[in-house]
This record gives sequence, structure tokens and C-alpha cells, in this order.
Amino acid sequence: MNPRLRSFALAMLPPLATFILFVVLWDASVVYFEVEPFQVPRPMAVVRAAMERKEQIGSGLFLTGSAAAMGFATSLVVGVLVAFLFSQSRVIQRSLYPYAIFFQTVPIIAVAPLIINWFGHDTRSIVIVSAIVSLFPIITNTTTGLTELDRNAVELFELNGATRIQKLFKLQLPNSVPYLIAGARTSSGLSVIGAIIGEFFAGFGQEKYGLGFLIFQTSSQLKIDAMFACIVASTLLGLLIFGAVSLVGSAVLLRWRSN
Amino acid sequence: MSDENYLQMDGVSLRFPTGVVALDGVDLTVPRGEFLGIVGPSGCGKSTLLRVVAGLIAPTAGRVAVAGAEVGAARRARRAVAFVFQSATLLPWRTVVRNVQLPLELRGRLAPEQRAHIDETIDLVGLSYFRNSYPHQLSGGMQMRVSLARALVTRPELLLLDEPFGALDDITRQRLNEELLALWERDRFTALFVTHNVAEAAFLTGRTVVMSPRPGRIVSEHVIPFAHPRGPELRASAEFAHLSGEIAASLRRVVA
Repeated sequence: MNPRLRSFALAMLPPLATFILFVVLWDASVVYFEVEPFQVPRPMAVVRAAMERKEQIGSGLFLTGSAAAMGFATSLVVGVLVAFLFSQSRVIQRSLYPYAIFFQTVPIIAVAPLIINWFGHDTRSIVIVSAIVSLFPIITNTTTGLTELDRNAVELFELNGATRIQKLFKLQLPNSVPYLIAGARTSSGLSVIGAIIGEFFAGFGQEKYGLGFLIFQTSSQLKIDAMFACIVASTLLGLLIFGAVSLVGSAVLLRWRSN
Repeated sequence: MSDENYLQMDGVSLRFPTGVVALDGVDLTVPRGEFLGIVGPSGCGKSTLLRVVAGLIAPTAGRVAVAGAEVGAARRARRAVAFVFQSATLLPWRTVVRNVQLPLELRGRLAPEQRAHIDETIDLVGLSYFRNSYPHQLSGGMQMRVSLARALVTRPELLLLDEPFGALDDITRQRLNEELLALWERDRFTALFVTHNVAEAAFLTGRTVVMSPRPGRIVSEHVIPFAHPRGPELRASAEFAHLSGEIAASLRRVVA
């Protein structure tokens, strides 16, 4: 076998085995403890519910996925801009950083209805909630990358009469790349969580529904097997976005050639 | 100024805001083209002394002049000074050649006719085959060679070296000493070489001063009279052992 394929298979095998074991244990427990289907359905029931609603779940995946992607993109742009601002002046950083922590600590569940009140029951609100949830790791990581520089490298630039612009483009920005990628990975997963929370509050009254609203709807209708199917779908969505960002990140890092 | 006092330090002191006196009344005159060694125990202010000469740190008292111009006051000093740090300090996202050309980029637009000079400098440190490699693909000794090339590419009048080979194994260190000395024998730039390795100072320099710690001041001076070119066999000679012993004895007195 091709060695790259081989190492990929070896990497995939343990989590796959864990997954199978988990599903088997789940099924066995439901049967053994006689758990009611409206509390925990059997795995096959979830699969069946997913097949019955595959169009609804499919369009939900797409809607939530696009909202999360837009939220992530927004937090990427805003986060890098804020980090850049922070890196330009200690005073700015000191005065604004405590308020950046707000994005980390804000109880988004409580604030989401407010945002919907301001921006309406549509995708825009969902994207904003997603961006708020995923913003903080980008700000902190990028700020660190722009400001925590090798002392000797800074002296080297100073000694050669580097301008501020040269220092920014030839030292700070390249230095921040691996930090930004690490932040983006964390943030990508959060953006899906944010989109689903947003849809909890703003997902109804539209022609098509995102996964967040489907979870809300199926749970209130006690269609627990369908709700499980939606939860699995949103988990897969999170993995998909995280995986895509990680893949792009690794490719960039490879070009960047970190140690 | 004449060539006799290319670098002139008069009563240079540096007291940090914490109250630590890093340098205390250092007087030092270095003629153009001298290879001066500065040895001392760690924490004696050797590195600080180099940074003051480079204009990276301003002294709290005294005067430093390079080629007659006060350091720090005039940016021009930077044109003539290059610094080799304790760690190679290469930018990991740049290849060897792009690391070496960095000082030229920072000093102004890179002219096409500088290409040949950059390549030549990389040749000089024996890394032509690695010009497109990234730092992480090189050994510690090779990384230090790149660092040396990056300093030499600006054709410095004054080369400041801050324990550049301290992290290398003995054989690599000796080889790099020989290469550095050959470069100096060729170009005769002025060099200040900080180390805590006595044999290294005795091999490389024409004169070595010993510094004491806290407060950092110069306590003794040793002229190293060996003729150039010097080869590795010098290290096996009785005179070499004798001189190294003298410097080591002086160093022991300040440590005790």
C-alpha cells in the first residue's frame, strides 16, 4: 500500500473503532436497560429518521453550514483587523482588551434574542451570533503572533534601520501566521455552535430551516429520533468545517515552513 | 578620529531602572581592524556592552563613538555595524538566501547587482548548496553560518559577535572559529567577540579583555601576539596554552 494512504488508514482506524464500539454499546444499553425511545432512540431508529427527512436535513446542513461559514469569515476579518489595531499600540490594546474578553464571556444564549431584536429574523442575525462566538480565539492568537517577537530579530531589524512598515510586513505578519491558523481552527468549530444557537432563536418564519431550528422543532414535538439525527448532522457539520480549516491551515503552514 | 581609536568608549556606565549596574565606567579603545575578545562570567554585562556599542541600548553615562561619530545620536553608525547573536535568529519562513539578503532589503531596495554579492557571501560560509533550504533543514552549525553571512553581507566595518558559537559542539565551534578568522584575515574588519570560552578568545583575537560581573567593568587586558594566518595547530602550542592559562587565571579571580 502507498505509505501515505497507509498512515492515513492507521490514523483513521482508532477513532473509527471507537465510534463502532460506542454505537454498539449505545444500542445494547438501550435494549438492556429498556430505555424509552422518546428518551434515547436506538441507533437504527436515528438512521431511519434521518433517511425519512434527508431532504430537510440536507437543506438544514447547507443553511447552517453557510451561516457558520459566513460567521467564521466575518470573525476572521474582524479578528485580524482588531489584532492589527492591538499590535499597533499598547494603549489601544490595554484600553480595549478587557472588552474583547466580552466576546469570550458573553452568555450568547442571553444575548442572541437581543441581536435578533436588532437585526431581524433572518440569516444576518444568525451570522452575527456565529461571528460573536468565534471571534475571540482569532483576536487573541493573532495579537500574540503580531506582538510576541523574537527579541534578537527585533534588534536585527532595528540595527538595519527597518521602518515600521518593513517590520510589519517582514517580521510581524509572517510571525503571526501559525498563531492565526491555530486561532482559526478553534474558531471554525465555534462558528457552527454559534450558527446553531442563532437558529434556535431566529430560525423560524422562513421557507427553509437550519439545523438549529430543526433541533428545536423536533425536540418540542418529542420526535427524539429525528432530533438525534439533526444533532449528528450538526456534529458532522462542525467536523467538516474544522477539517476544512485545518486542511487549509496545514497547507499554508507547509508553505510557511515552520519548524 | 584616527584609525587608532575607531571605537572609543569613555566612562560608559549603564544602570537599569531596577538598580542593577550592568556597566560601570568602561573605558575601551579599539583601533580599526582589531579583533578584540571580551571574556567574562555570565551576567557580567558583556552582551550589554555589545548592545551599547551597536546603539541598541543607550548608556546612562559616558560616551561611545564609532569612527568618530557618537553612537545612537547618528543613525549612520548602523550602516557600518553588524551584529551576530547568540542564537542564529533566522526567520523560519525565509530560505537561506532570503535570510542573508534581509539586511540589504531593510536598508533599501535590493538592486539586481547585489545578487552576485549575496551569492558570494553565501559561498564564503560554504553554504552554496543550501541557498534555497529553510533554516529548519540545517544543522545548528550551518544556521550559525547563515547568521554570519547575514552579518557580512552588509560589508560591516564593525562586527559585533555575542557568543555566536556558544551553543555548538566543540568540533563545530573550532571549525567555525577557523572560518571566521580566515574571513577576518581576508577583510580585516574590526570585530568585538564576546565569549566565556578562553581558548576561543586566545585563538581568534589580537587582544582580549576580561570583565567582572556586577558591576561590569574591565579588569585585565591580554595581548595575543600570535602571527596570522593562524591555523588549528596553534591550539596545540605551548604559548597558546600559556596565554589561555593567563586569561583563565584572570577570569577565575573575578568569579571568586
